[in-house]
Amino acid sequence: MTDQSYNFAYLDEQTKRMIRRAILKGLAIPGYQVPFASREMPMPYGWGTGGVQVSAAVLTPEDCFKVIDQGADDTTNAVSIRTFFERTARVETTTATAEASVIQTRHRIPEEPLSKGQIVVYQVPIPEPLRFLEPRESETRKMHSLEEYGLMHVKLYEDISRHGHIATSYAYPVRVEGRYVMDPSPIPKFDNPKLGDMAAIQLFGAGREQRIYALPPYTQVVSLDFEDHPFEASKAAHCCGLCGAQDSYLDEVIIDDAGGRMFVCSDTDYCEARRAAGHKGKDAA
Amino acid sequence: MQAETLSGGFADPAVQSAHAFRSVMEAMARPGTIQDIGGAAPPAPLSKAAGAVLLTLCDTETPVYLAGEVDCDAVRAWLAFHSGAPLTGPSHSMFAVGSWEALMPLSAYPIGTSEYPDRSATLIVEQAKLAPSGATLQGPGIKDYAYLSLPETEALQANSALFPLGLDFIFTSGNQLAALPRTTQVS
Repeated sequence: MTDQSYNFAYLDEQTKRMIRRAILKGLAIPGYQVPFASREMPMPYGWGTGGVQVSAAVLTPEDCFKVIDQGADDTTNAVSIRTFFERTARVETTTATAEASVIQTRHRIPEEPLSKGQIVVYQVPIPEPLRFLEPRESETRKMHSLEEYGLMHVKLYEDISRHGHIATSYAYPVRVEGRYVMDPSPIPKFDNPKLGDMAAIQLFGAGREQRIYALPPYTQVVSLDFEDHPFEASKAAHCCGLCGAQDSYLDEVIIDDAGGRMFVCSDTDYCEARRAAGHKGKDAA
Repeated sequence: MQAETLSGGFADPAVQSAHAFRSVMEAMARPGTIQDIGGAAPPAPLSKAAGAVLLTLCDTETPVYLAGEVDCDAVRAWLAFHSGAPLTGPSHSMFAVGSWEALMPLSAYPIGTSEYPDRSATLIVEQAKLAPSGATLQGPGIKDYAYLSLPETEALQANSALFPLGLDFIFTSGNQLAALPRTTQVS
């Protein structure tokens, strides 16, 4: 069902052209945050307005669209964005990672390796990795232009001096092609190694902060670390209670009032596919 | 006003520009790959690919520089009618179109500033043909190596040395295009 009262993919053509120009410059300068004139969308800031605008500028009617929220296809944010584009862009939607040509994601990268024809669109709350260290945009912009990233290493060092290890566990800063330090959006650092050398195109949209940035395929992305404290992609030391996967990122779920808990795959499509293939975890009914 | 001024735009702008943009984005994300693009029928000497790129990316907010042969009445009128883009000289352009020789020298175009490297021009270079052979390309978007017929390597090497500043290029021929962002190392 199409809502004919809207233009294809909701946004007007001039807005899409503006976003498309920003995406191209983002791809040409990997990791650099391109300012764009973010529009008000029919959803509040913080619900993926940046991702939605990037998706709207990228989608064609032939695309197959998937939306995940913390890995799950069936949460409110994912369901509402999926329905939004079903109505305004007439696109087919799916929950299967391999079938999707455009995947909008909030805070996860799918477990299944992504392929050449795919585009990943990240929803980004705070695109500036230096923002919590330096609140002034004029200063952070200067720091990026001068490649002055010492402060970020001081932050990671303070983690070590306080906790004995780098305690940053999500939105872990990365360096792109040896130049720009970039916030990979609040994905768990478990997902960081997937950012580099990916076959798919990765686009990042921050609606409230009005920034778009991008990683072309096969881009070098290095998580910041120290020689004596190398980067480690960590996850809970368990296997999935439902499908038994040992290699997937896990969510901890409280199941009763007595401290009972289980760990399940955060990527619902990955978990479902494994269970359909006969894999069974210890908590599976 | 000539009939060809009014025709040759996107018949279904939302969908055709979406398809055209995906071709441009694929090309820019994977330097050296040759993509098909269509939907526009601009007046000669503009190629169909260059016409589609202009309609997809340009509007009243983007000053365009028409270089050499393409700076003719037919193209000026067509671009004005379909995009409304203001025409300008190279130093203030966001987009420039023409043959490689007509677009020279590259030093005439804005390359961005160190705080805003995105404020740089994109050059749409018309070529007789595009082939996946010739210069060797390396860089983001390219798995190992890619090959593309480029009009010149020296000026493009100097451009990529400016990174993160620099110009980005879209090469067009007939209904095909390829792209070369500033990150690509040419040899």
